[in-house]
Amino acid sequence: MSLLERNRHAPGAWRGTLPITSRYTAGLGGERFFRAIKDEGRILGARCEPCGVTYVPGRVFCERCLGELTDWVDVGTRGEVAAFTVLYEAVDGAPLETPELVAFVRIGDGGLMHRLGEVAPEAIAIGMTVEAVFKPKAQREGTILDILYFRPVG
Amino acid sequence: MTSKNREFPGTPLSEKDFEQGKILFLHDEMNGQYAWDTGIGIGRYLAALKEGYLLGSHCRRCRKTVIPPRTVCEQCFRPMDAFVPLQDTGTVNTYSLCYVTWDVQRITEPEIPAVIEIDGASPLCGIMHKLGEVEPDAIHIGMRVQAVWKPPEEREGAITDIRYFKPIKEKGR
Amino acid sequence: MSMRKVAVVGVGMTKFVRRAQETPKELSWQAAHMALESCGMTMDDIDSACMGTAPDAFDSVHMKGEYLSDGAGGWGKPYMRSYVGGGTGVFAPIQGWYHVASGMFDTALVVCEEKMSSYYPHGQAAFLTIFDHTTERPLKPNLLWIFALEMNRYMQTYGLSKAEIAQVAVQHKRNAADHPCALLGDADITVEDVLNSEVLAWPVNRLDVSPVTDGAVAVILAAEHVAKRITDKPVWIQGVGWTLDTSYWTNRDLAYPRYVENAARMAYEMAGIREPRREIHIAEPYDPFDYKALHHLEGLLLADRGQAAQLYTDGIAARDGDRPVCPSGGLLGVGNPIAAAGLMKIAELFWQLRGEAGARQVPGQPKRGLAQAWGDLMQVGTVVIMGTNP
Repeated sequence: MSLLERNRHAPGAWRGTLPITSRYTAGLGGERFFRAIKDEGRILGARCEPCGVTYVPGRVFCERCLGELTDWVDVGTRGEVAAFTVLYEAVDGAPLETPELVAFVRIGDGGLMHRLGEVAPEAIAIGMTVEAVFKPKAQREGTILDILYFRPVG
Repeated sequence: MTSKNREFPGTPLSEKDFEQGKILFLHDEMNGQYAWDTGIGIGRYLAALKEGYLLGSHCRRCRKTVIPPRTVCEQCFRPMDAFVPLQDTGTVNTYSLCYVTWDVQRITEPEIPAVIEIDGASPLCGIMHKLGEVEPDAIHIGMRVQAVWKPPEEREGAITDIRYFKPIKEKGR
Repeated sequence: MSMRKVAVVGVGMTKFVRRAQETPKELSWQAAHMALESCGMTMDDIDSACMGTAPDAFDSVHMKGEYLSDGAGGWGKPYMRSYVGGGTGVFAPIQGWYHVASGMFDTALVVCEEKMSSYYPHGQAAFLTIFDHTTERPLKPNLLWIFALEMNRYMQTYGLSKAEIAQVAVQHKRNAADHPCALLGDADITVEDVLNSEVLAWPVNRLDVSPVTDGAVAVILAAEHVAKRITDKPVWIQGVGWTLDTSYWTNRDLAYPRYVENAARMAYEMAGIREPRREIHIAEPYDPFDYKALHHLEGLLLADRGQAAQLYTDGIAARDGDRPVCPSGGLLGVGNPIAAAGLMKIAELFWQLRGEAGARQVPGQPKRGLAQAWGDLMQVGTVVIMGTNP
């Protein structure tokens, strides 16, 4: 057998897993942003006046000037569908019974990636106004899933 | 501007802050499943392990025989000249007595990882493995050891086809 | 070599803590923001950004450099992330250095960050990922193994005792009691305390090791004409060096880090240093374990092989000794957020060489210091030499 030839009897692949379990803190900005969602059903942004940007989700620093942000604002619970897609397969490739609707909803100068609900795929249009539908307060945990989905307005 | 006058940022937390829900947090788990190609060198190494021997490779220019085997000598960057079967005995280059597992569990019987220079390979060339059938205070650097293999039908072509290395009882001692 | 002169003009760091509330982005930002404020610069003055952050596995965020870029000044700027395990803290500033030395940029913001506490329940387990998946992981190795194996070999080769090595942990943790960001500073610790601490992987005891830590550090580098406008005490980068050894760590002499020597020689040559022991006034070798400081001092040619412990025994390595080592308190005293720890040493030299280290100040107006970091599977040596003269 030449040096660069594979041994036919060798196992071709070695299988293994990477056991990665994490616990993420919401952080300074996340604490404020998610508590507002959890306790008050409000979506907050943070304003950097010198750069003229309202970040949504709210955060503690401006990424453009690295200045500290202390001006938090209620940006309402409505936004505009900036982009969307319809999913027919799950993450592992299995077909979905009901297609999932995912969108980037622009709010302020940022926005949230989330699900769309109470709308048929054919009825979604870029630019349409949608509003957040929250879980009942008692069920909220302070995560992005406290919002169930966004649904069309009007 | 002196460092001693400065307030430094950073917010330390204790486990209690998590337990009492003082701050928001989220658990997550990655599903990292892999099938790594064994490649040419390691493929041969594993095939040799299944057959019950250790394999190295030799670079003529560096005059070195190394283990695990590889197709290129990383020191002179030439292709290796040959795969070389080695013995399954060696010398303990270093060892440790470990009372903590990889995921930070305490154990009372220590695991004994070691670097074992394999006979037939160049000096200081060895592999990491474990020692067994030996009392911790009997181990010393320079100790001669022998691989303890799984029986042929249990071997699968893995480094664990060797269960551990145990001391060789030298004749006349 | 026609490289421009580069100086460190500003520095910032967070406290090093066991678990931070801040997200990795926020930690990076805190350090970067503080560095900017320390020298009155804004992001408009920053031409490029270099980020150093080690294992993605800790945060389980793939492409962590991109993820953190907003906190590291990466928005809208040329940005690079580098990573050589623990060596990153001294590697990222080298990257920043050649950004400016090459003439391509006048300033560079260098940020190093690590949030190890995201890995749950214990960050140590994430290190499983650095071992070879086929030939080593099936043995369920533990990061402590490689250090314990190396420490044992080092002790055996030179006939050193644990007590001699424990002096390092004692001195560094005592030094760290004067560092405002330190996690493990202890003004009263003794060699007995270290020797009596729990045995983790003999010969390593708990107090021989610096634990999982979160933290971030940032420095600002500037070309000569800019540096002189910003501060009247720029600290110049006089030499840099970096080298990687073979990843087959079981095929190497574990008693001597030849890759640290290679990196050191590269830096000494660039700085024009012929007698390091006389010309380096402060040494900050990388000390995640106490014996590593000794191992590295020897690799840096600041002590003969097997003789570094003597520097501690004789008081030469003390802050007021002839050749002070780790006046910051090092990783053993301040903490070890993998990528940030090395940059903490750079920050320390900045403060020391400007006479701003407060209670940690090395007396005698030191003019030159060396920071060294190390990482991967005992593989990389990175060295930076800083001084008061350009």
